[in-house]
Amino acid sequence: MNEGLLEFLKKEREQEWRLELRSRVKNKERTLLERVHMPEQEADIRNKNFSEVNLGLSEEQAVLEASRCLDCPKPTCITGCPVGINIPKFIKKIEAGEYLEAASVLKETNALPAVCGRVCPQEVQCEQVCFYAQKLDKAPVAIGNLERFAADYERNSGNISVPKISGRNGIKVASIGSGPAGLAFAGDMAKMGYNVTVFEALHEIGGVLKYGIPEFRLPNQIVEKEIENLEKMGVKFVKNFIVGKTATVEDLQEEGFTAFLVGSGAGLPNFMHIPGENYIGIYSSNEYLTRINLMNAANPEFDTPVISGRNVAVIGGGNTAMDSVRTAKRLGAERAMIIYRRSIEEMPARVEEIKHAQEEGVEFLNLHNPVEYFADEKGTVKSMKVQKMELGEPDASGRRRPIPIEGSEYLIDVDTVVVSVGVSPNPLIPQSMEDLDVSAWGTINVDKENMQTSIPDLFAGGDIVRGGATVILAMGDGRKAAAAMDRYIKGKVRNILSLIKEFNTIGEILDFAR
Amino acid sequence: MNRVVEKEYFSHAVVMLVVEAPRIAKSRQAGHFVIVRIGQKGERIPLTIAEADIEKGTITIIVQKVGVTSIKLCNLEEGDYITDVVGPLGKPTHIEKVGTVLACGGGVGVAPLLPIVEAFKKAGNKVITVLAARSRELIILEEQMRNFSDEVVIMTDDGSYGKKGLVTHGMEEVIKREQIDLSVTVGPAIMMKYCTLLTRKHEIPTVASLNTLMVDGTGMCGACRVTVGGKTKFVCVDGPEFDAFEVDFDEMLLRLDSYKPSETEAYESFQKKYQKA
Ligand SMILES: Cc1cc2nc3c(=O)[nH]c(=O)nc-3n(C[C@H](O)[C@H](O)[C@H](O)COP(=O)(O)OP(=O)(O)OC[C@H]3O[C@@H](n4cnc5c(N)ncnc54)[C@H](O)[C@@H]3O)c2cc1C
Ligand code: FES
Repeated sequence: MNEGLLEFLKKEREQEWRLELRSRVKNKERTLLERVHMPEQEADIRNKNFSEVNLGLSEEQAVLEASRCLDCPKPTCITGCPVGINIPKFIKKIEAGEYLEAASVLKETNALPAVCGRVCPQEVQCEQVCFYAQKLDKAPVAIGNLERFAADYERNSGNISVPKISGRNGIKVASIGSGPAGLAFAGDMAKMGYNVTVFEALHEIGGVLKYGIPEFRLPNQIVEKEIENLEKMGVKFVKNFIVGKTATVEDLQEEGFTAFLVGSGAGLPNFMHIPGENYIGIYSSNEYLTRINLMNAANPEFDTPVISGRNVAVIGGGNTAMDSVRTAKRLGAERAMIIYRRSIEEMPARVEEIKHAQEEGVEFLNLHNPVEYFADEKGTVKSMKVQKMELGEPDASGRRRPIPIEGSEYLIDVDTVVVSVGVSPNPLIPQSMEDLDVSAWGTINVDKENMQTSIPDLFAGGDIVRGGATVILAMGDGRKAAAAMDRYIKGKVRNILSLIKEFNTIGEILDFAR
Repeated sequence: MNRVVEKEYFSHAVVMLVVEAPRIAKSRQAGHFVIVRIGQKGERIPLTIAEADIEKGTITIIVQKVGVTSIKLCNLEEGDYITDVVGPLGKPTHIEKVGTVLACGGGVGVAPLLPIVEAFKKAGNKVITVLAARSRELIILEEQMRNFSDEVVIMTDDGSYGKKGLVTHGMEEVIKREQIDLSVTVGPAIMMKYCTLLTRKHEIPTVASLNTLMVDGTGMCGACRVTVGGKTKFVCVDGPEFDAFEVDFDEMLLRLDSYKPSETEAYESFQKKYQKA
């Protein structure tokens, strides 16, 4: 943590209300409290419905959990947060019963706290470096659950604060894509007075938050509320508009857009390219989840169909795989299986998702890898051949490399397969702009300080820069890009002003411009 | 929301709609398509842009009643709105002057063929077009095709119009008397498969425009995947046109029937609802 920040945090910590809170309960007593368990739907009930699994903390539970936080002099938790939320401050506001204040502390750095409280991998971020986990070997303070509590409290109170907009400057800027990167960018630019338009290729706003992450983990209504707020701040949303296809960036420049954020995500699904992968009933996780989440295929009143069978195998170990397999279970699968080539410890999914999936009756076939699919005469998948694996030496990612065990292959009956082995960057924008500097993996190269691309008017953030990453990182990128774009545009205006000083009359300027 | 400004029946089952979409009209090229959705509960389906009028800001789509969504589309009247129209999607047709082009279309494949025929003609090629359908009333766009073709051959299964026979019979007749430099085939997968078998026999390079199932149309889902030259390709972003000799039509035929039972069910329940209304 840098000196200046520590100094600032120290001062804040010495404020009257913080001192008073700390004096109320001894640290010793605080550390004796058990971490409050997040209330959730019973596993046997929730695996048949799409309502949210986690029910949220009550006020009493939130205050109790908040009182576990020791308000450390060196709050390491902040260093674990990709956007540097002032964690002790918002938690102490909860302990003090000032929930709306807690929410506004969150919003100083996090544009989407209700979303992040639900989907951030806290166990490898803030909570991992919490004093409890680091020094006391105890369950960390439930920072994520508290974040969710404060954000939900504010939303349910009907008192959502719409941020003040500093004088509108009328300068037109655009976000390409409406995922967390685009939404966070739009919010900050609108606050600074810019005229913001968000272009989205699909018929719904929200990116992965809408079409990917299912209702039982992140209800759409929460995303809708955030979008509504942005609309209140004057942000315009244009759906069914693919930048690079419907109109190019150059077209939009001609229409007066000064600068752009590319937040187009990592939308391209990877396949494994093994025999039989194109049989009917084999989906990418993007297709499976999009059919169900965006197109409502599981509801017979909607036109889009989906095949979700009795024996469903989901290939992969990330959040997307967990979301797919838990969705399959909810749609009536008798066997909903995860097939993953490493062990459970190496799974990239959030720990909570893995735990929830296990409780809901998902089978985990770890150290297994599919090698071939077989179909009936109509081309519908009916079984898959899997091979067992063992772990060898660590590879470049530091995880132990899975090695196939010869002769261990066997068949599993399946009628639906969901391939969830990662995504690649969306190539639409890079393809439509020759001068854009792109990496060998197809991600857009930016300077990390400003998120600016090789084309100065174009900034980029989120999965299109990082490959498949996280909501909080995408959001942080969007905000960083907004701040940098503001500096960039102001710099440009200053240059123009200094030029204009050389002239004596407007007539001279106009003459020169001609 | 995009307004329907003009509607014309080409037959009882084939409808032409002119739709307001100024941006798409301006950006589209031959070979491009749009994805449309009707109503909040609708599905997303791809449709080729048959024509566009930049001045009026409209695009023309031609729809054949085959399933729930195409029927909903055909039931729209002038002044009604299509909930979502997005595009233009796909890669444009690769147009160059090759000499003589044999363009073959069947069923609604004729609609996507029109802009391709027009573009090849305008590029200075001799264009011979073979249109095929089950019977006379299913032959569409004949007049428009004649505007851009040096010759139009009509084939019907029942002989009610043009010559009696399949599209391949018409093609064979042309191939016998002309030196063909390129063949383009657009239509039902099974038709494209047989057209390709024929042109392969005669070693005529052939392009097929594929009409797979789609969801997003932006490369995000893989619903549209086909095997081309042993590799998996996404029709919405890598296509829709491919070297027909490399396309695995058998796999495509199977995949097109992915939802046959459920689409038929949806269609029946839709018909019931519709008849009640
Ligand atoms: C199923 C699933 C579960 C996940 N779970 C978690 C989780 O629990 N926690 C977590 O932190 N992260 C999770 N992630 C990852 C997280 O969702 C992404 O990292 C994040 O959404 C990236 O945000 P983004 O703004 O970069 O892009 P996206 O959310 O991908 O949004 C990009 C948007 O841009 C649109 N677009 C693309 N090209 C264009 C164009 N040319 N013109 C107009 N629009 C365009 C796309 O249609 C899309 O809507 C999950 C991802 C998936 C798929
Ligand atoms: S339609 Fe989804 S990838 Fe082509």
